[in-house]
Amino acid sequence: MKHLRPVNRKAARIDESAALMEEDVVALQQPAPKPHVPMGCTLSFSPGWEVDAGGGTAGLCQPVERDIYDCYVTCFWPVQVPDHVNYSPDWASNCAVATKDWRNLDLVFP
Amino acid sequence: MNDMTVIPSGRYRLGELHEFSAADQPFMYLVTAGAIFSLDEGAHAVLRRLETEELSHGELVEALLESGYTRQDAEELIRELLFVQGIVSDKARLSPAPAPSAPPADFPLQALVLNITNQCNLACTYCYEFGADKIATPQGKPKFMSLETAKTSVDFLLRKSAGRQAVHITFFGGETLMNFPLLREVVLYAREQAKAQDRGIGFSLTTNATLLTDEIIAFLSDNEIGVTVSMDGPPDLQDKRRVYKSGKGSYAVIEPRLRKLIANHKTRAITARVTLTDGVTDVIRIYRHLKEDLGFHEVGFAPVTNSGERDYMIDDNGMDEVLRQFHELADEWLEHALRGQMHGFSNVSETIGELIQGVNKSHPCGAGLGLLGVSPSGDLSPCHRFTDADTHTLGHISTDIDMEKREDFLSRGHVGAKYECQSCWARPLCAGGCHHEAFVRYGDTGHANLHYCDWIREWTDTCLRIYGAVSVLNPEFLERFAARKGLS
Repeated sequence: MKHLRPVNRKAARIDESAALMEEDVVALQQPAPKPHVPMGCTLSFSPGWEVDAGGGTAGLCQPVERDIYDCYVTCFWPVQVPDHVNYSPDWASNCAVATKDWRNLDLVFP
Repeated sequence: MNDMTVIPSGRYRLGELHEFSAADQPFMYLVTAGAIFSLDEGAHAVLRRLETEELSHGELVEALLESGYTRQDAEELIRELLFVQGIVSDKARLSPAPAPSAPPADFPLQALVLNITNQCNLACTYCYEFGADKIATPQGKPKFMSLETAKTSVDFLLRKSAGRQAVHITFFGGETLMNFPLLREVVLYAREQAKAQDRGIGFSLTTNATLLTDEIIAFLSDNEIGVTVSMDGPPDLQDKRRVYKSGKGSYAVIEPRLRKLIANHKTRAITARVTLTDGVTDVIRIYRHLKEDLGFHEVGFAPVTNSGERDYMIDDNGMDEVLRQFHELADEWLEHALRGQMHGFSNVSETIGELIQGVNKSHPCGAGLGLLGVSPSGDLSPCHRFTDADTHTLGHISTDIDMEKREDFLSRGHVGAKYECQSCWARPLCAGGCHHEAFVRYGDTGHANLHYCDWIREWTDTCLRIYGAVSVLNPEFLERFAARKGLS
């Protein structure tokens, strides 16, 4: 916080919880700080989630294969990729470069 | 900050807080949290503005714009203050303070106070155990704890403290050292039992110091047993009420013993606990004598517990004088702290230890929660002050804690059940004050100790200002108190 400085442990915990909330779920249309949108991904109301403006994949700013990888790693919106936090930490270990190795990304059979 | 709880409408007013200033800076103590924040100019200005009137969001923003803040900054400032509840909106339904819930049924024990005897070789006139306001009913009960009872108590403590890495035993009386042979056996037994479970155990005792011998001092030091001495000051004050049954004062007997204790007990701090009574209110002289002449590491003071009708009680004028001298010692404490030195005035140190954590107590102390007293017969009680009192037996070590009685005791003692405390900003630390004092004064352990309210608030404010000043001028020093009360 900018205007209040915590000076005991309890105040520090309140300050931390404020900081955590800053990085929690955010609204797409809120003023700054804007939500993080991964490179190569576009918002649902824009052309280009897996297709470019012409309906193909050649014109995307990032290779289409990047989508699935970014959904898995950094995207603010969870999609159906393996749960790398709890069950499949090594899911992408064979995919060093998404554009080249995307075939190595496989289904997970629990 | 944009996503902290935003309540953009309604009228704003001050939240529940206590403001104070220290080292020329404004601070706020947030009552529902026990949190302390230092305020910048803007935050301080908002609180000033809301002191006299309630303002809408728009009005408050406008006021800040006029004072030169940008709109974004003003919004951020308001959001921060709302988030910590330094200001509140009448539109926001704050979750109501939690009603006193049923006390936890499986709260693990942390400490036992073993009253290893209810006999005493002194006859201090103000004693809560033997004096006019006593609540103990020791007739027909054992006068000394047996080894069997003591061992059962140790087993009981270890069994009932499951999950705690370390536990503590305090030996108490009567005069504790009248049963020193038992104390020695118990320490050895308890260490063995704790070690077998790979757990830690600590010991302390309270004594009037009349029976200390070289052998006892060596044992206490070798076994790292903390010692608190009950005493009231230099000879003229000590001998006023801390007397033998014959009326003879005890100072001359304890003085040489104390000097040996302090010189030879090297493993734990030796503290003095002073009871202030009518005519024994010379706090500074007492402090100087105990700290500087005798060499105690720390000295703590408390006014005598009484029903309000005793000739030894301190009247209001006396309390004003006590408080004036408390403040003088508190200033000295602060000067020491700013130089990075420890001062021996426990009343400040204890409060600082709670302020750094930001404690917010449901109950004034651990009695009946993590701590229980055991009488010589093995009866359990909320703490040592209720030992042998039939009115407050909470079961027996050979059977178990009487959960129904314990729940009654804890429900009464919960700060949420004390009406007068609800509007008091000092309640996170005080929680209504000592259960025993309340019982002696009002006949109900759940009664707030109203005779101390002003005094507690003034003292808490003093300690907050000390805390604030040290947090600005020598913040690392406060860390020394972080673990003092085992609250972390």
